[in-house]
Amino acid sequence: MSRHDAISPAPAPRTGDPVLEIDDLRVDFATDHGWANVVNGVSFDIREGEILGLVGESGSGKTVTGLSVLGLIPRPPGRISGGSIRFGGRDLTQLRERELRDIRGSEIAMIFQEPMTSLNPAFTIGDQIAETVRRHRGVNRKAAMARAAEVLDLVGIPNAARRVNDYPHEFSGGMRQRAMIAMALSCEPKLLLADEPTTALDVTIQAQILELLLDLRDRTGMSILMVTHDLGVVAEICDRVVVMYAGEVVERAPVGPLFDAPRNPYTEGLLRSMPQIGSAGGRLASIPGRTPEPWRMPPGCRFAPRCPYVQPECEAAPTPLESLGPDRMTRCRRAGELELSKTP
Amino acid sequence: MSGEATLPPGGAAPAAGPAADETERAGASRRFIRRFASNRLAVGALAVLTVMIAASALAPWIAPYRMDAIDMAHRLSGPTALHWLGTDSLGRDTLTRLLWGGRTSLSAAVLAVTVATVIGVPFGLIAGYFGGRIDWLLSRAADVLMTFPPLILAIAIIAATGPGLITAMTAIGVVYAPRLFRVTRGATLSVRAETYIEASVSIGSPAHRIIATRVLPNILSPLLVQISLMLAAALLAEAALSLLGLGVVPPTPSWGNILGRGFLEIRSTPQLMIWPGLTIALATLSFNLLGDGLRDALGREIRKGD
Amino acid sequence: MLGFFLRRVLTAIPLLAVVSFLVFSLILLVPGDPAVSLAGQNPTPEQIAAMREQLGLNDPFLLRYGRWALAAIQGDLGRSLFTSQTVWADITARMPTTLSLVALSMVIALIIGVTVGAVAGLRPGTLIDRAATVAASVGVALPYFWTGMLLILLLAIKYPLLPSVGYTPLTEDPVEWLRHLTLPALALGLAPAAIIARQTRAALSTVMGEDYVRTARAKGMSPLRIVGKHALKNAAVPVVTVFGIEASRLIGGTVVIEQVFALPGIGQLAYQAVFSSDFPVVQGVVLVTAAMVIFINIVVDVSYGYFNPRIRQS
Repeated sequence: MSRHDAISPAPAPRTGDPVLEIDDLRVDFATDHGWANVVNGVSFDIREGEILGLVGESGSGKTVTGLSVLGLIPRPPGRISGGSIRFGGRDLTQLRERELRDIRGSEIAMIFQEPMTSLNPAFTIGDQIAETVRRHRGVNRKAAMARAAEVLDLVGIPNAARRVNDYPHEFSGGMRQRAMIAMALSCEPKLLLADEPTTALDVTIQAQILELLLDLRDRTGMSILMVTHDLGVVAEICDRVVVMYAGEVVERAPVGPLFDAPRNPYTEGLLRSMPQIGSAGGRLASIPGRTPEPWRMPPGCRFAPRCPYVQPECEAAPTPLESLGPDRMTRCRRAGELELSKTP
Repeated sequence: MSGEATLPPGGAAPAAGPAADETERAGASRRFIRRFASNRLAVGALAVLTVMIAASALAPWIAPYRMDAIDMAHRLSGPTALHWLGTDSLGRDTLTRLLWGGRTSLSAAVLAVTVATVIGVPFGLIAGYFGGRIDWLLSRAADVLMTFPPLILAIAIIAATGPGLITAMTAIGVVYAPRLFRVTRGATLSVRAETYIEASVSIGSPAHRIIATRVLPNILSPLLVQISLMLAAALLAEAALSLLGLGVVPPTPSWGNILGRGFLEIRSTPQLMIWPGLTIALATLSFNLLGDGLRDALGREIRKGD
Repeated sequence: MLGFFLRRVLTAIPLLAVVSFLVFSLILLVPGDPAVSLAGQNPTPEQIAAMREQLGLNDPFLLRYGRWALAAIQGDLGRSLFTSQTVWADITARMPTTLSLVALSMVIALIIGVTVGAVAGLRPGTLIDRAATVAASVGVALPYFWTGMLLILLLAIKYPLLPSVGYTPLTEDPVEWLRHLTLPALALGLAPAAIIARQTRAALSTVMGEDYVRTARAKGMSPLRIVGKHALKNAAVPVVTVFGIEASRLIGGTVVIEQVFALPGIGQLAYQAVFSSDFPVVQGVVLVTAAMVIFINIVVDVSYGYFNPRIRQS
């Protein structure tokens, strides 16, 4: 089912050095109910050449975590209230806006969910890519346009040299996401943050884009943080997975073990609500209930109100994140006793 | 209400439309009044205008002097106990002149907007309701009129007919008509698409009755906004024409010709152009704020007069 | 882009034809016999006959229009009844003054309007924003002729910094040209500036929430460049629309402002023509100003194609 094993013969997890280390990150947002904590003590790292999946439902804090890396959370109302994000020997949370701007689009690039609206309709594709190149490489306009054509070709746009002069509305949805990826790659970043890059696309286009990302990772050796709600995407391309729920990491594992034997009831719920190829007709089990609002968090385990395995002690006090062995962590008091699996 | 007479007895579906429409409209107008009342600027503007209109209407009774009374002993005086806003070069009391001028200026503005309404609204209703060729024709006619700068066309018409405020403001009204036409047409188009209109059409109600009882009440609000903004523009146009001596003929005062006379004394007695200018500015500001307040209270986007 | 422009110019021709017909028809509004009314005080029968001849009143109306229109296309708008100069010569002699005034007013409106609107739109809800909103409300309502008088009072009389009357051609002395036009152009430009500021603020605060602005931030672009390049071009269409409307309105305002500041422009020409019943001149000015409005509308339409590439193709 997963193309994962076929493409990366080296078994996950990869052993490269960490490119990005997030430690105990906290992000708050000002709301009508006062400061609401939306990311609470999140820690994980991304290694060189690795694709890390950051998974969760909407409201889990995964997108805010991704935006925090580049200091892109809207301020106000958001603020990073604790922790560190280490990249290339520096703590990104301590950098000034001006210093962050030098990193954005250059060492760390980002692509977004909506390729239709993420490109500026008033400028040509080539202009928008060249702008990034000129900003970070300081080359002249002609060289920057040549680079734009080069990266468009790299992401598989036919006739790239001619199509740099096209406007976004002349590109299809899939091509626009390719153009976004080309823009992100134009300055050869070490890390690509991809926020739901395939969610808005047709299934066949989705597969092409994922394949392109895998291929580019293999050719350039960059790392990718894949923020997604879709475990299917994770299965396709990720090496390791971080599962988030209600602002916290609830499970962390390499892809294979996570799919074979989840150790957290929330991960199990996510896996069971995944459409299975070959089991057409079977009803999709979705997790009942909703993510709690940030200003109304349960006092104990945040997943307790929705957990099928909940015990009284789960609701008494917050559950800590515990290590289960190398590269494996879960946030569940009953992890040791439960037998979880992706099929009911 | 008369529209209901044409409904078949017990015709549940068509009857539900107008009935629901009535209650909905009542609720909407309550919401509208509450929203408007909470807008302090707009309420203040309405109060200012009410005072201005009342004071102008009552000028013969409340003005401190007769309209053309001359006090040669106190020519070009500053504000005094005798003359609160001073006097002009002929010794006429500025406050008195402004009160009387308000009668001229405000009614001139109302005249222009009335002309614009009488032309713009019916044609707008026809164009929006029937669409097709008549809509095309009327819209092109509006385009043509819109190419004339209002003030210049008014001046040209005065050149043909001779000075006179009534002709001038009628001309201004004609040039403003396309703006009301466009607002009416646009609002009618969207109301026309509602199901309760379709229901009335399908049971054979005559067009003029549907327009009068179903369309018109539903487009009144955007019209009101536009009319309020247009009153401000018409007031400015009157002032400009009278300032140039093309509007009202002296000695009848209007805010525009008081300002024009005052301007002649700008070096010696600048307050003579301050008071009338301030009065005009306050009136236009109030009409604008009233229009903005109405628009906000309606709670949906109505495009400003283009 | 050029093709788009030419197509748009072609569609303006029928409009101009209808407009010119209306302008010519203005003479029908002259009460009684126009030859008698226009021949001056106590005319002799000979004078009336001469006027009838000059106005071509002996021919059918449509024929007269045809002749007038045909001549107008060739730049012949007839002769002034008063100075017996050709109308075209009168208008072209005064055109630079009015065009300078209109252009400078619109430049002022654009610079003030976009700057204030951008500053306010980038910080919605702040003190600056609220101050700008109040200033815009007042600015929209200010009677432009009164603004002009206040400017004269303040900057020409109380602090004599700038001249309050007269005009110097640009070709003669650019500095004096600017000094003479500053006050009238400010007077005419402030109200449009307020309207443009409102529109810019509204458009910009919408555009700043768009995904492509986030993309530009993620590329490392500076706020100045994000606003100046990515946001403003997208916010431009509604701003340009009000710019066009205001430019048309401003042309009418020149009549009053040219009178207040004693500027020898076509507004003043029309004003004098009214008092001397110089009908051909009045017709000429109305036609030329209407053509200016049509031209501004064309430029606005064509600019849509620049600001929004999708319009250009459709």
